[in-house]
Amino acid sequence: MNGCGVCSCGGATSEADLRLRLDEAIHQYQAVPGGLIPVLQTAQGIYGHLPEPALLRICSGLNKSYSEVAGVVSFYSFFSTEPRGRHTIRVCLGTACYVRGANRVLAGLKQALGIDVGQTTPNLQFTLEVARCLGACGIAPACMVDNVVHQSIKPNQIASILQSYE
Amino acid sequence: MIKLTIDHTEVRVPEGTTVLNAARQAGIRIPSLCYLEGVHVVGGCRVCLVEVEGAKALQASCSMPVSEGLRIRTSTPKVRAARRTVMELLLSDHEGDCQTCGRSTDCEFLAVARDLDIRDLHFTGAKHHRLVDESTPALVRDSAKCIMCRRCITVCGELQATGALWAQDRGFECVAAPAFGQNLDRVACVQCGQCAAVCPTAAITERDHIERVWEALGDPGKHVVVQTAPAIRAGLGECFGLPPGTLVTGRMAAALRRLGFDGVFDTNFAADLTILEEGTELLMRLKAALVEQKPVALPQFTSCCPGWIKFAEYFHPDLLPNLSTAKSPQQMFGAVAKTYYAQAIGRRPEDIYVVSVMPCTAKKFEAQRPEMNDSGFQDVDAVLTTRELGRMITQSGLDFTALPDEAMDQPLGMSSGAADIFANTGGVMEAALRTVWCVVTGTPFPFEQLHVAPIEGMEGVKEMAITIPEAVPEWAFLKGQTLKVAVAHGLAHADRLIEQVQSGQKAYHFIEVMSCSGGCIGGGGQPRFTTNEVRRERMKAIFAEDEGKPVRMSHENPAIAALYRDFLGTPLSEASHHLLHTHYAARGVHH
Repeated sequence: MNGCGVCSCGGATSEADLRLRLDEAIHQYQAVPGGLIPVLQTAQGIYGHLPEPALLRICSGLNKSYSEVAGVVSFYSFFSTEPRGRHTIRVCLGTACYVRGANRVLAGLKQALGIDVGQTTPNLQFTLEVARCLGACGIAPACMVDNVVHQSIKPNQIASILQSYE
Repeated sequence: MIKLTIDHTEVRVPEGTTVLNAARQAGIRIPSLCYLEGVHVVGGCRVCLVEVEGAKALQASCSMPVSEGLRIRTSTPKVRAARRTVMELLLSDHEGDCQTCGRSTDCEFLAVARDLDIRDLHFTGAKHHRLVDESTPALVRDSAKCIMCRRCITVCGELQATGALWAQDRGFECVAAPAFGQNLDRVACVQCGQCAAVCPTAAITERDHIERVWEALGDPGKHVVVQTAPAIRAGLGECFGLPPGTLVTGRMAAALRRLGFDGVFDTNFAADLTILEEGTELLMRLKAALVEQKPVALPQFTSCCPGWIKFAEYFHPDLLPNLSTAKSPQQMFGAVAKTYYAQAIGRRPEDIYVVSVMPCTAKKFEAQRPEMNDSGFQDVDAVLTTRELGRMITQSGLDFTALPDEAMDQPLGMSSGAADIFANTGGVMEAALRTVWCVVTGTPFPFEQLHVAPIEGMEGVKEMAITIPEAVPEWAFLKGQTLKVAVAHGLAHADRLIEQVQSGQKAYHFIEVMSCSGGCIGGGGQPRFTTNEVRRERMKAIFAEDEGKPVRMSHENPAIAALYRDFLGTPLSEASHHLLHTHYAARGVHH
């Protein structure tokens, strides 16, 4: 597959093609109650994040105010209006992970990446997030990189974990 | 009827009544904050909690319907402790600068805290990030005062079909705001101020023009005139404890004179002028359609309401040719004051300072629209809401209720009863029909048959049809024609009406739209709190004012006749077009 590397667009695709795919999703959900979230998910799949022009197109297409759509986008942490890294790291800060040192893991990641929670590295390689419980308390402290769970992490393992995704 | 017991007292209420209202009927006032009768019933703030026998948890009484045999306790230790905790938590994240806050005299939040007799606060901790949004001409938002009752979100989204405000973010960060917590000028807001009218605190208020008015009044080089909108005389008294619906026209004129205005005039004068321009415009459109068979935009929509105009510019740009080009009475007054009146008193237009008193916040927006300077200067310099005028009168130390009745100054203070009813939903329509009827038929308006009844009321949309039985030669083509009109108040209702017109389900010649429920008497700048009962009382007062006037039709106002004779010529003349008409432009909904 010849991906552009940033998103799941499947290749070097023109702006017009992306918009066409968004319009298809809008059209599909126009008359469906609760259609906003699937359209936002599709848009994030297309663009990798939710840029303002895409959101405004969704507002017009679904006949919703910008404030309403923004309200939904800002409520759900899986929606992002900023460009995201190729890999998303989610550090679990649930109770079990926390007592086993997740805050030290998080501090180590922040330092290694040079970014804060919610931010993306300048080279668009990593986005750092926190989660409230990954349901993996037995292997605490845990973190997920994309869909892979890393278990019982110690701060000194951070560099090698990151390296495996470079 | 449902029988239940509240605090050991048996109560009978109709099915569907909420526990909160049942308690009110039994003489027990349960405190509430987010509740807005008939509009916003979500049980969100948890201040109205009560104990229900047999239920494990306390229940929000505002959203709980009564049921047979229910046993309610409204003031147990558990209830009092829960309400206190709720209020203390809300207070812990509220910027409580009550001594200097503009809402301290009518703050619902403060009133509940007082009612619950909260003396000390047990919670300290993080506070919301404070954002003061002064991006728009009419409204100021202060996020540190917001208690997230969400009333503003409901009125903006559901009553006004605008959706400028919505809950943004989540949890503690949650805020009622425009998209992503940005400033209000970044989204489509029509500035109607219904959010400010229902806000229980000072989180949304009108932009204050009091200081600039005091400054002008203190400037010896300025000739400061004031115009008061039709709805003020039926609302201002409430600022001084008078019951809703008290007409205070005379005391208001007396107060304005004592504040130092050089001319105490009436927007009603300009309302009569509006009828001549807008009514003639309607007749010309009908003539073009029926006689000349020319393509012409019908129905004609009224253009008095600046919130509606901005709404149309955002959401119905295809209807802009249908809007009457006549300016609103406020703007006609400004243009006439700085030309005709300035000449009459021998002053330069730049020395005339025009202050409006409006029941409305959107009028502040309208006054600063760049095209509203046909006198060569900004036609209206400052716009006070009814509430702001109330505050100025209080600041000046006047005992308003004890003032004598005085008359407005002439000539811009003379008006007909038709101008009075501009304040009520349906009023502009009726005022126009009165004059159009007389002009077309040459006979007196049949008040007894055609009084406001068919288009009066609180419902969102009304319609009526009148057949013109006879016509003078100039308007002979209208003989036997049936004029169909409609009236909408509340922008969501207007939206629905427009949908029906555009889909061909309904056809009209003339449509009146007012943004606010009840018309201007329910405007976003009126004294708080405007319930439907208050609306009814103010409407009654306005009708009484109309019925008491010797002249009840705009074209019979002698001051208007003199204005045309000496200055404008005829309605729709070149001078009228220049001073009294305007144009509209589509606005992008999103920036």
